[in-house]
Amino acid sequence: MGDALFCYVLRLADDHLILGHRLSEWCGHAPMLEEDLALPNIALDLIGQARALYTHAGVIEGRGRDEDQLAYLRREDEYRNLLLLELENGDFARTMLRLYLFAAFMELFWERMLASKDETLAAIAAKAIKETRYHVRHSAEWVIRLGDGTPQSARRLQAALEELKPYCAELFHSDAIDREVASAGAGVDPAALRQDWEAEIAAVFRESLLEEKGIGDGHQTGGRLGRHTEAMGFLLAELQYMQRTYPGMQW
Amino acid sequence: MYSQGLIGADGSTDESQEVLAAFQQRIDAEEKIEPNDFMPQGYRRTLIRQIGQHAHSEIVGMLPEGNWITRAPTLKRKAALLAKVQDEGGHGLYLYSAAETLGVSREEMTEELLAGKAKYSSIFNYPTLTWADIGTIGWLVDGAAIMNQIPLCRCSFGPYARAMIRVCKEESFHQRQGYEIVMTLAQGTPEQKAMAQESLDRWWWPVLMMFGPHDADSQHGDQSMAWKIKRFSNDELRQKFVDATVPQAEYLGLTLPDPDLKWNPEKNGGQGGHDFGAIDWDEFWAVVKGRGAMNRQRVEARRKAWEEGAWVREAALVHAQKRAERNRLMTQAAE
Ligand SMILES: [Fe+2]
Ligand SMILES: [Fe+2]
Repeated sequence: MGDALFCYVLRLADDHLILGHRLSEWCGHAPMLEEDLALPNIALDLIGQARALYTHAGVIEGRGRDEDQLAYLRREDEYRNLLLLELENGDFARTMLRLYLFAAFMELFWERMLASKDETLAAIAAKAIKETRYHVRHSAEWVIRLGDGTPQSARRLQAALEELKPYCAELFHSDAIDREVASAGAGVDPAALRQDWEAEIAAVFRESLLEEKGIGDGHQTGGRLGRHTEAMGFLLAELQYMQRTYPGMQW
Repeated sequence: MYSQGLIGADGSTDESQEVLAAFQQRIDAEEKIEPNDFMPQGYRRTLIRQIGQHAHSEIVGMLPEGNWITRAPTLKRKAALLAKVQDEGGHGLYLYSAAETLGVSREEMTEELLAGKAKYSSIFNYPTLTWADIGTIGWLVDGAAIMNQIPLCRCSFGPYARAMIRVCKEESFHQRQGYEIVMTLAQGTPEQKAMAQESLDRWWWPVLMMFGPHDADSQHGDQSMAWKIKRFSNDELRQKFVDATVPQAEYLGLTLPDPDLKWNPEKNGGQGGHDFGAIDWDEFWAVVKGRGAMNRQRVEARRKAWEEGAWVREAALVHAQKRAERNRLMTQAAE
């Protein structure tokens, strides 16, 4: 169970680091000052969650790796985040829609995680659920505003959905690792969240006048196995720049 | 971040002597002037300009540090830097709100910035080239901002003074955090220490320029002092800053790049202080006039964000109108 749990927590940590990284790219470049504050704020929550998860993963692994060794010092094929989260930000519509799709998933995930038999994961969930509810609210409001805004914003949001749709099925990717951790009562099997997630987003999509068919049928997967998109190497080149250039130093 | 050394504020005013004298009496009694109170045109103009420059400095100041968020060396540093840059955006927001009480909108101020009509602190026209720059900026740039902003907490204009009280608390946190980054480097490997020293060498003189021209060359100081918008002159604040910083640099084991820097027991009315070398004012004026390393890129980045965000702001507005209209119809139907 130790190996499976380590992988399980690491995947989750990578998701939060990578989306936090993408959102942080907006800092100072957002469409309005309020979003220059909100986007880094959400990025900060995600990076805080990633830190707690990496630290926990390091403890489970028991080889003395700390949060930074796990976050910074792996090869690309050792990162296990969802492909959805590593894609470039695109415009504001795509950024907000991606955040919404993921946050709506994580809200369901953390709610069930509160009952985890792993006390650390339950504690992380208890903190994360509050933050995630805010992420859902904030991003859903924007998805509705943009969808039911001007013709241009509606067009951009619809285009964002077409762009992201192929990557959504991976949210529910479930393999032996997920099943082992779930059956031990330590975690949630993501496949079990699909119906609730589809119902949740359908409500928001209705209000945003988005046309949506087959959101769960995407064919883009591989992140959980370490097979990434072309965007990932560049993201890691930035993320790891200091640690790779100056190995083994304290910062 | 900063507003000392204000460039180009026009404090001239054409109210009658009596009116001005009555206003001055309120100032001298240390009463706070509030947005709906009478104020001379020159006072209002000076404040709009100063608070606007200050707000723009906070916002443009997000860019050089933001440049390192995705490359911060550890998760702890990344989180702290994100939080810091976000704080600076928050300062911009309070300051725009304070300026708005004087009858100018955030949009107007933004347009002036993008048109190059409103200035921001020249320090942000320098590039951030190494991780050490993130430490140096916190330590020295936020440090200089604090020197300038602590007296602004007693500024005669109420909304500005109150904004500064909130901002100062966060700035001193930034300053300690920056110092701690530099300390970690100074105590690190020779390579890290060299990185810290190189950064200090690049930033020291531009930071001293943040306080603005020498008092003898500064045209608008006297009226601002009389109105108690400013409490100390540019040179007084610069001297305080140097005297506070020299022992900090010594403690780090770093060298301030000024061969003329030395203790002078006669300074500060016999309390002692530091003499320091001549500032290169040609560089200062060149940067103020647009010939710094990053002037064009900083304004371009803000313009890009503003222009590419226009459709988002418009969508938010249109959606709010649709919503209001629907609510109105629903209320009507219910009646
Ligand atoms: Fe600030
Ligand atoms: Fe600051």
